[in-house]
Amino acid sequence: MIKVLYFAWVRERIGVPYEMVETQSGTVMEFVEELKQKETRYEVAFSDLSAIKVAINQELCEFDTKLTGATEIAFFPPMTGG
Amino acid sequence: MRISVQLNDFDIGKELQLFNSADTNIGAVVSFQGIVRNNSEKSLLHMEIEQYPGMTQKAISNYVEIALERWSLYDALVIHRHGKLLLGDRIMMVATAAKHRRDAFQSAEFLMDYLKSRAPFWKKEVTKDGYQWVKSVLDDESALERWR
Repeated sequence: MIKVLYFAWVRERIGVPYEMVETQSGTVMEFVEELKQKETRYEVAFSDLSAIKVAINQELCEFDTKLTGATEIAFFPPMTGG
Repeated sequence: MRISVQLNDFDIGKELQLFNSADTNIGAVVSFQGIVRNNSEKSLLHMEIEQYPGMTQKAISNYVEIALERWSLYDALVIHRHGKLLLGDRIMMVATAAKHRRDAFQSAEFLMDYLKSRAPFWKKEVTKDGYQWVKSVLDDESALERWR
């Protein structure tokens, strides 16, 4: 099981701040495709991946990063700190 | 190195006084503070800052460590607030302490550039008509280029 977290407008579109997901996906991209198949809200949230960043185990990564060793994966829009 | 991610405001005078006096070799301290400003329609009621609790501290420490290695610094301080903030409220501060000003200025700017687009915070502007998430601008991303 992977803990999947969503922040800002990604969280709003998915409708929950986090959820536990069982997956066999090899990469982040495969995992996103798997989510998009599940329900429309995922399809809507992940429609433009250029507007979304991803972190595995609280470290920024890319969509082609492998999920090996991932216990936590987070999706969010580009950060606006400072 | 002190990093604090907090809901409450802080006393910048006290923070700097402590920071300045940490080492007698410190000859230059640069500090920056970010303030909640109005939007272009002057309709901002307040701002809300969301964060990724597990990752925020880690991401900031990572960039502070890079700064400490890259420039000749005695210390660095980052305080960043989250939650509800009103117009004019302090959002965050960065301070860097060095022997000479160049290291202090450059590292403070480096930290600001990275905090802006690499620390997991998301700003939401609330107006009487609703709210909108602040969009990141291309400038913030290209600001990182010069540090590579």
